[in-house]
Amino acid sequence: MSEKVKFEIRNVNLHYGDFHALKNVNMDIMENEITAFIGPSGCGKSTFLKTLNRMQDFEESARVDGTIKMDGTDIYKDMDGIALRHTVGMVFQQPNPFPKSVYDNVAYGPRIFGIKKKAQLDQIVERSLRQAAIWDELKDRLNKSALGLSGGQQQRLCIARALAVNPDVLLMDEPTSALDPISTSKIEDLAVELKKDYTIIMVTHNMQQAARISDRTAFFLLGEMVEYGPTAQLFANPSDPRTERYITGRFG
Amino acid sequence: MFKKEYAWRGIATIGGLIVIGLTLTIGVFLAYRGSATFFQFHHTLGEFLGSADWNPVDSAAGGGTVGALIFIVGSLVTCGLALLIATPLSLGAAVFMTQISPRIGEKFFRPVVQIFAGIPSVVYGWVGLSVLVPFMRVAFHQQVGQSILVAAIVLAVMIFPTITSMTADALTAVPKTNRDGAYGLGSTRWQTIYRVIIPAAKSGIITAIIMGLARAFGEALAVAMVIGQTTALPTSIFSTSKTITTEVAAQMGNAMEGGELKAALWTLSFLLFLISLFMIWLIHRVNAPKKED
Repeated sequence: MSEKVKFEIRNVNLHYGDFHALKNVNMDIMENEITAFIGPSGCGKSTFLKTLNRMQDFEESARVDGTIKMDGTDIYKDMDGIALRHTVGMVFQQPNPFPKSVYDNVAYGPRIFGIKKKAQLDQIVERSLRQAAIWDELKDRLNKSALGLSGGQQQRLCIARALAVNPDVLLMDEPTSALDPISTSKIEDLAVELKKDYTIIMVTHNMQQAARISDRTAFFLLGEMVEYGPTAQLFANPSDPRTERYITGRFG
Repeated sequence: MFKKEYAWRGIATIGGLIVIGLTLTIGVFLAYRGSATFFQFHHTLGEFLGSADWNPVDSAAGGGTVGALIFIVGSLVTCGLALLIATPLSLGAAVFMTQISPRIGEKFFRPVVQIFAGIPSVVYGWVGLSVLVPFMRVAFHQQVGQSILVAAIVLAVMIFPTITSMTADALTAVPKTNRDGAYGLGSTRWQTIYRVIIPAAKSGIITAIIMGLARAFGEALAVAMVIGQTTALPTSIFSTSKTITTEVAAQMGNAMEGGELKAALWTLSFLLFLISLFMIWLIHRVNAPKKED
């Protein structure tokens, strides 16, 4: 297991207007690991994920307190949201390729950085698609619309699109909930492969998924982080009775 | 119990048939009346479309000239200019009210634009005549003040609300997931709007522009008030001229039934009909789902 802390989260609270959505979250997320957030719907796990790349900035009523440091830098005080999202990529629940060609989807990020040279873009597109394990399927369809791909292909394309800007961290918000079992297992294999180079934080509804691929798991309930620890330990020997009841399926 | 079902279906079907029937009848009628210029008075299509010599005789004997180039050029130039003026403004306004400040946009901007759209064209024409025309005389030392430019500005103001509200609808219809995707990759707001949202709404925006153009092409009253109504090919944007619609509107009361002038005006009307058909066809082409290639 990794020793280096990527995110240091201290006393994080989030309010939507009067609603207290995250209650005093404290945790360290490790580099080059897969960290899974599990918990019932509405428990705050996706909300928390979106504080890590400041997508919450777009929710008008959201207010975040506490400190989140990435590699020692406070991402709310000492970083710009846009610069942060260059480093912390995100894959969403619903595959959301742009209505453009496969190539233009992957090249989108590099282009907004000002990369214009065709040769350089070609190279980035191929590298990113290979990393997302979808190059062989798409190399002959680079100029076709991304909307014509299957759901699983679209999601891996979105992963390639996120990788094309060379992030350090990849946030995945229930990336397989809209996909069939075969596509799901491809994305899981991919996540395991990618953690060598990236830090992956994944929200999932699926406890087996967390158990299969994550190194550490955090269990959220009603806006509170109930328990956090190495995945094997959390599933085999949970220390909090609420965690135990959830993972044994006695409430949801 | 099923009586009502059949009754409503009957009413809906009849309504639909009436619309289709009316459109077809108008088309056939215009084609029939308009063709008299060519068959009864023996003018050529080349003369009608290519000559600027317009002097149809107001009698059934015929023998005049029916070159409609002046009106065709007048219409194309005023509408083209109007579009050039209105499109960037409309696009900007639509982006502002849907993307940059949706709260002000929905509460304040959109209702104002809707009110704008409801103002009768005579009011636009009158304001143009009493404000813009004297202004042109002073600012650009024009003798008359009326001109193609003034007509284009008045038209631009008139089509602005049409293009703006349709573009706003197209931008609003872009799924939020596209926006999240763009922001998630570290795009600025401008990059998100310019590189993702506007391209995604492209066909809706083009439809909005064509609808604006169609409205501009069909407008007679406001244009007639400020374009100067001289039968001459324009030489600059400060020239006075006429458009297809203004000529039809101005002459139809004077023309004798069965005369060459009347027939020529019908031909102009048929031309307008064909132009609007063409625009509708364009809209359908733009919105046709692309074949997965």
